[in-house]
This record gives sequence, structure tokens and C-alpha cells, in this order.
Amino acid sequence: MQSRKIATVLAAAGLVLAAAACGSEEPAATPTAAAGSSAPAANAPVTISVGCQPPKTNPKERAQWDADVTAFQAQYPYITIESKDAFPCIVPETFQAKLAGGEMEDLFYVYYTDVRKIIQAGQAADISPYLSEAPKVGELRQDVMSIFKDGEKVYGIPRTNYGTGLVYNRKLFTQAGLNPDAPPKTWAEVQDAAKKISALGAGYVGYGEYSAGNTGGWHFTSSIYGRGGDVVSPDGKTAAFNSPQGKAVLENLKTMRWTDNSMGTKQLHRWEDLMRMMGGGKLGMMIGAPDVVQAVNNDFKGKFEDYGVTALPESTASLSGGDGYMFNAKATPEQIKAGLLWLDFRFLTPGQGQFNYERSARDGIPVGLPTTDLYGTAAPGTEINAQREQFANVPVAHFAPYVEAAKTVQFKLEPPKAQEIYAILDTAMSAVLTRQDANVDELLADAESKVNKLLAAG
Amino acid sequence: MSTMTVKGSRRRSPGATRRSVSRNLTAYGFLSGALICFAFFSWYPMIREFILSFQKTNFIDPPEWVGFENFETVFDDSAFASAWLNTATFTLLALVFGYVVPFVFALVLNELRHARAYLRLVVYLPVMLPPAVAVLLFKWFYDPGAGLFNQALDVFGLGPLAWLDSTDTALLSLVIVSTWMNLGTGTLIYLAALQSIPSELYEAAELDGAGLFKRVWHVTIPQTKLILLVMLLLQIVATMQVFIEPFLLTGGGPENGTVTVAYLMYQYAFSFGNWGGGGALGLMLMLVLIVFSAVYLRVSRDRT
Repeated sequence: MQSRKIATVLAAAGLVLAAAACGSEEPAATPTAAAGSSAPAANAPVTISVGCQPPKTNPKERAQWDADVTAFQAQYPYITIESKDAFPCIVPETFQAKLAGGEMEDLFYVYYTDVRKIIQAGQAADISPYLSEAPKVGELRQDVMSIFKDGEKVYGIPRTNYGTGLVYNRKLFTQAGLNPDAPPKTWAEVQDAAKKISALGAGYVGYGEYSAGNTGGWHFTSSIYGRGGDVVSPDGKTAAFNSPQGKAVLENLKTMRWTDNSMGTKQLHRWEDLMRMMGGGKLGMMIGAPDVVQAVNNDFKGKFEDYGVTALPESTASLSGGDGYMFNAKATPEQIKAGLLWLDFRFLTPGQGQFNYERSARDGIPVGLPTTDLYGTAAPGTEINAQREQFANVPVAHFAPYVEAAKTVQFKLEPPKAQEIYAILDTAMSAVLTRQDANVDELLADAESKVNKLLAAG
Repeated sequence: MSTMTVKGSRRRSPGATRRSVSRNLTAYGFLSGALICFAFFSWYPMIREFILSFQKTNFIDPPEWVGFENFETVFDDSAFASAWLNTATFTLLALVFGYVVPFVFALVLNELRHARAYLRLVVYLPVMLPPAVAVLLFKWFYDPGAGLFNQALDVFGLGPLAWLDSTDTALLSLVIVSTWMNLGTGTLIYLAALQSIPSELYEAAELDGAGLFKRVWHVTIPQTKLILLVMLLLQIVATMQVFIEPFLLTGGGPENGTVTVAYLMYQYAFSFGNWGGGGALGLMLMLVLIVFSAVYLRVSRDRT
């Protein structure tokens, strides 16, 4: 009897809490609505919280950030920047929780892979009306800007941008009798090099590939783009990967894994697995961008000079990778304008902020990696590249084939419902890498029907 | 009897009630701490999760009620059936291994006359490791090339096995990890139960000529029936929520061979950003677990 009473009281308390929580979800204050009420005076004080301040464990880059904040606030005294540090800057587990708890920064950091999902979910503000605050936006590569666009509306600004290429261990190339200055240009050459590297002995893996935790589908997309194929049809309504290019991706992996034995015995790799193998000096090649070399050097005990990056073999197109900033859907127009000024100052101006290579070289931070191609051949891009080469302290020549190819390779966006599609394609990738009798045609047909069903559901 | 007490308490004067409350104030204080913790960290999230499974939300705009749409979405997912089948298989295998092995270990430890304390510590040690560390340790054990298990098999001229990399062995490999991680707790609970059995029962059985297996069958098992049943139900409830093993070891692969309901729930919520779908899966799993929990409560109430 007593326990029933307590249970009733607790249930009621729970419902009250739930109701309170539901009630606390205020209607979104759209920028337009906020602007319409009472427009603040020009240059009225405004505070913006900005994510992805480098963590304390990275003191050099943090000091640069803090110095930039001070300089920016001196230039715009009415703007106050509240830096928020976190490492990694974004993880799926905290992103939605921060939104739900109202803790999301006014200017938040995103990876390209999440941008489409955020736009479709209405979780970012439309910044199109305020873009004049960041004049260099007009000079950014249109294919890069398209990542943050939905129709004519713009929802964010890129910070770094790169296409996928082929990362390789120059040291292992030399050991295997291969010329590290002439990296593979075709998949047949990749296959041949992988065989020679894995022949170095037990534990050496010629070519590594992902196949778990949605990363397999992600790299399948990279590979099929490189071969000129597509994952979905141009209207985004049907699967397009059950094609000669899709078949070639899987057949090639199957041959390297089971016929050549050049991919190692352990599979189901995810991001950190290949980074660890690359850093440990036992992996010859993998699909990746220059940021892989940065991660391997910074976090996985590799050395810059041991690695090189070249274009994805036979590629004319490449999956875009990178990161940027988007604005909280509840940010006011003043906050958006202030945020754009900050982005322009810190991330878009040659010789300044992230492009202050002279300062980075002086501070002992690696300079020379082609991790950011925001402008292509436009004037700011040329200026940035010239300064990067001038102050380089890592061997720029090791990345020259990649830089050369990037001039002509077309950057392509991820498909709609990317993570859901990647999860489905993981199955095909893991099948060819773990099962010798895997039937590529059946795998592609099965994945195709699942993706078609997913896309049809809207 | 309890009704009479309640009625009696209702007739108390306000002064008596006040005295009773002040006498038990400390107890209420302790209780309130636990209740607040449960309310915020267990009951409130459960209610929110229930609501979420019928909503579509981006955590920005007001949530939209969508009825059973989230449930339809997850029903239509090709991984849905695999997730339930894998979860059921994992639970079954975990019962075969994770339920029997600790009991056998407890029996052996109970019979030992020497080094009992040392061996108890050895058996319990894995529980002290953080789960992520224990799981990642097995990632190396399972490596088909340089892994400890295949090296050991090689000594006997066996193997190599693909372990996590084969749909035939991946789920079983996860069960082994789970069993190893939880072995210590189960063993200690069984050991405590075994040590509460009066030694006269064994002596009488021995006088009747019962061997080891007969003593276990006719004395040990009947005397520990309640704890065995309770552990069985707790084991089912715990293993059906398996997440960390597939999350850290296999990423649900190969070929969805280790996707579990909890892992799929994670995928929906955090990878796909579909919190309603994740909530729907969570609610389904919760309903199944409620059935087992109700049986557990019934059993523990009836037998105590």
C-alpha cells in the first residue's frame, strides 16, 4: 500500500519533470524574428561563444588563438568572443546533447560529413543575408561553398578543405624497392606496390582499408568517386553504386585481400586503426588526405618526413573532406554578423590567423601540408600557397603530386543520408574483406535495394 | 497486519506524526538523495525517451508528434531483424557461457583448500579493469595474425581462426569477452551462496554415498536455486543491453553480424541524428526487459 503510494508520487513527479522539460522547449527565435522586434544600434555590444579553441594540451596553437582573439577584439571593441575549448572539437555524442541542453555555441564547429544532416534538421541559421560581413566568402571555391548551401541559402563557412588522395609511407616504399618520388598512378600500380610492401615480412600491410563503424561506406564513396562513379543518382532518389565502377572498387579490394594477400589478415578497421598502423610504420598505403599525415604525426607517433600524399589513382573526382563553422539557429543577426567578422579575420584572410604561416613556423608548428584549399586558383589561394611554401618546415615535395592533381580534380559532396548509406555499404566492404567467397554482384544488388528503400522513405 | 498499522497511523495525533517524522528525519534525508538521483538520472530519462520515441525533434524547434512513424522507420531498417537476432543469440550464448562458467568456478573455489584467497583475487581482477580497457585488450588477443589466441592455437597445431573477422565466430568472440569481464562478479556471488549451505547437508550426503556430482545435483543446486534464478534473470537483463563489445571491437560487422539492438540505437541517435528512431528502439528493448524484470521481482518477492 505504502509502496504503491510512493510509486504514485514518483510517477507524478516524473511526469511533472517531463512536462517541465517539454514546456521549456521554447519556440526557436529565428534571426528574422529577433531582428524585427527592435533593431539594436549599429556596433552595439555583442558577445558570441565560439567553439573549437585549441585545447590546453596544444599550448602553441591555443596561444595563437588567444592572441588572435585579443587582436580581433581590439579591432572590433564592441564584440566579445567567448572561446570554448574541447578536443575533439565535435563528437556525435555531445553535439545533439549540447543542442538539447541549450549549450551549443553561437558559432559551432562541424565536419563536412555532418553539414547536410544539420541543415536538413534545421539546426543551423541561414546566414545568407549577412555574408557581406565576410567579403572573402565571394572568392571561396564554389564547390567548397556548396557544402554549406541548400539552394541559395548559406548555412556555414569552411575552415579547411581537401579532397581524398592516396597517403603512402615513403620509408616502406624505399625498403620495398619502390621509388617514393614516383607514387602509384593507377590501381594496378597500387596493387603491385602493395604486394611488394607486404612481402617485407610478417605484420607489414601493403594497403589498408576501412570496413566498420560506417567508415567502410565512407571510403567506398571516396573510391567510387575517384573512379568516376556515383553513390546516388543526380536527383538523389535512387542508388547509383551498383555500376561497373562500384564493382571495380569491391573486386579490386577482394583481389588484394585474398589473391595478393597484401591487405593483412586483420580487418574491420576504423579510423584510428589505420592511423595507428600508419604511425607504427607497418602500413604502406591508404586512401586519405593530407590531414591523415597531420594526425599520424601529431597523435600516432609518425614523422612528417616519412609520408607522402598523391592523387587518388586514375581519379578525376574526389570526395570532399574538411571542416568549418555554422551558426546556432537561435543566434541573433548581430551575433551572426560578429561571427562572420571573426571567421573572416581568423580563417579566411591570407597571412592572418590560421594562414599566418610565418608565426606558425616561428612557433615550431608544422607548415607546408596542403591541408587547406579554400580558394583554388583565386588570388587569396595563390597568396596562401606562396606563403605556405615560403615558410614551410616540412618537406613540401612529398605532397607535390597531390597539390598538382588537386588543381584539376573535381570535389564532390557526400550523398544524402550519408551515414545511413555508409552503414549499408559497410556490409559490402566488410564482406569482401572478411569472406573469400563473397559475391560482389550479390552484395551490390543487396545494398542497392536497401539504399533505394532508404531513399524512397524520404 | 500492515493494513492495521496504516489505519493505526492514520489515527495518530498531529504531534505524534511530527515526532515520527523528526525521529526518521535522517532516514528521509538519506532516502531523498537516492530518490533525487534516480529521478534525474533514471526515471526522467526514461520518461523523456518514451516521449521522444513518438516525436520528431531537432532540439531547436518544438518537437513534432509523429505517432508510430519512428517505429515504422526502424521496422523497415534492414538491420532491425539482424539486431534482434544477434541480441537474442548473444543473450543465449552469454547464458551458456557467462552463466555456467562462473558457477563452475565458484564450485571449484569452494572446494579448494589452498590458495583460495589468491585465486579469488585472480578471478575478480578482470572486473577491476575499466570495460573499455578489457575490451581493447581482447582486440589484440583476437588479431588473426599476431594475436595471442591464434598463437596459442598454433602451439597445438590448430587454427588460425578469424575470430572477429568472420560472421561464424564474431558473435561468439564477443560473448567470450563479456564472460571474461563479468566472471569475477558472478563467481563471488555464487561463492557466497555456496558458503551459506550448511556443511551437515554435504556430510549427510557423503554418508549416503553421494559422489561429487550427486552432491552438487542434490545439495548445491537445490540450496542455491533462488540465487541461480535471480542471477539468470539479471544476466538476461544485462546481456540484452550489450553495446560496448560491438561498439569497440567490431563496429557491428562483419556484414551486420554483431549489430545489436543497443548498438543500432546508438547508430540512430548519434550517427544518423534520428533520435526518434533511437528512442523507438530503446522503448522496444525496455519493454522486453520489463518483462524479465517483472519476473525477477516476482521471483525475489516470492522466495524471500
